[in-house]
Amino acid sequence: MTNTEKLIAAFADALTIDAAMIKDSLAYQSIPEWDSISHMVLISRLEETFDVSIDTDDVIDMNSVAKAKEILKKYKVTF
Amino acid sequence: MALLENRTVLITGASRGIGRATALLLAGEGAQVVLLARSGELLKDLKSEIDATASAKAINFTADVKIQDDLKKVFEELNRQKIYLDVLVNNAGVMKDAVIQMVQQKLIDEIYETNVYGTIHASQLAVKSMLKKRGGSIINLTSIVGVNGNLGQSIYASSKSAVIGFTKSLSKELASLNIRVNAVAPGFIDTAMTKEIDQRFYEKNISSIGMKRIGLPEDVAKTILFLASDLSSYVTGQIIGVDGGMII
Repeated sequence: MTNTEKLIAAFADALTIDAAMIKDSLAYQSIPEWDSISHMVLISRLEETFDVSIDTDDVIDMNSVAKAKEILKKYKVTF
Repeated sequence: MALLENRTVLITGASRGIGRATALLLAGEGAQVVLLARSGELLKDLKSEIDATASAKAINFTADVKIQDDLKKVFEELNRQKIYLDVLVNNAGVMKDAVIQMVQQKLIDEIYETNVYGTIHASQLAVKSMLKKRGGSIINLTSIVGVNGNLGQSIYASSKSAVIGFTKSLSKELASLNIRVNAVAPGFIDTAMTKEIDQRFYEKNISSIGMKRIGLPEDVAKTILFLASDLSSYVTGQIIGVDGGMII
């Protein structure tokens, strides 16, 4: 499984949406499933998936799938 | 089966009083306890006592909850060891009295940094940990004076009122994530903190308790055990008084 596939799986699991909906442009609060509560679950799933610990500032900044990739790169996750 | 078999519980302010009694009781119920306190020596003794009798070894951290970096380091180490929390007991607290004209900024800072900021920061980190377990229980220590107020305790009481507001709000945020958040509000409990009070107030306090005795740390620990375990599986957002019927 590539890191992109892992990322998509983590998003789909956390937000309980179809993997086909996970595009770079998908933004925080643009769909009902990605609200502030599911965002906490998402962070947890990303941390588990990539074995990282995401700082609070990055939790706040993670406002799209594209931004999630950008932030994860800081934690040495490559896409 | 013990009530907390295979559960990991982090207790702040674990070296003395209510924290110590809670650590011993919960470890006796099968929990792996993670102990935090400023005094490494006292923690070492407690760990030895637990390790000699309990089924799971205790883990010690010398840390001050008012220092955010201390808390971060504790959770980083736990994460590194893949130890995730089922229960957080936000017990660390300081109590200092002063009438309003005698309140200095450093007293406000000390009380709020420990009682309020420490509780918030530990909870933030614990939630991330609990989400990896798909649930958990956060137990905050407030006080009867956080509910009713008390003369000479406007700063301490307001810090404990903040804990109540935090508990109720956080319980609403986290309920759908299977994380319960409750608070325990002890009355007059026999701890190092209450030993510092004036003898006249001590006697006045006892006379205001329906059960006519000071509470023991173990009395509070039993309520914490209830909230930590599945006995309280449908309880969240509650402030439970443990005060022997005290009226203030």
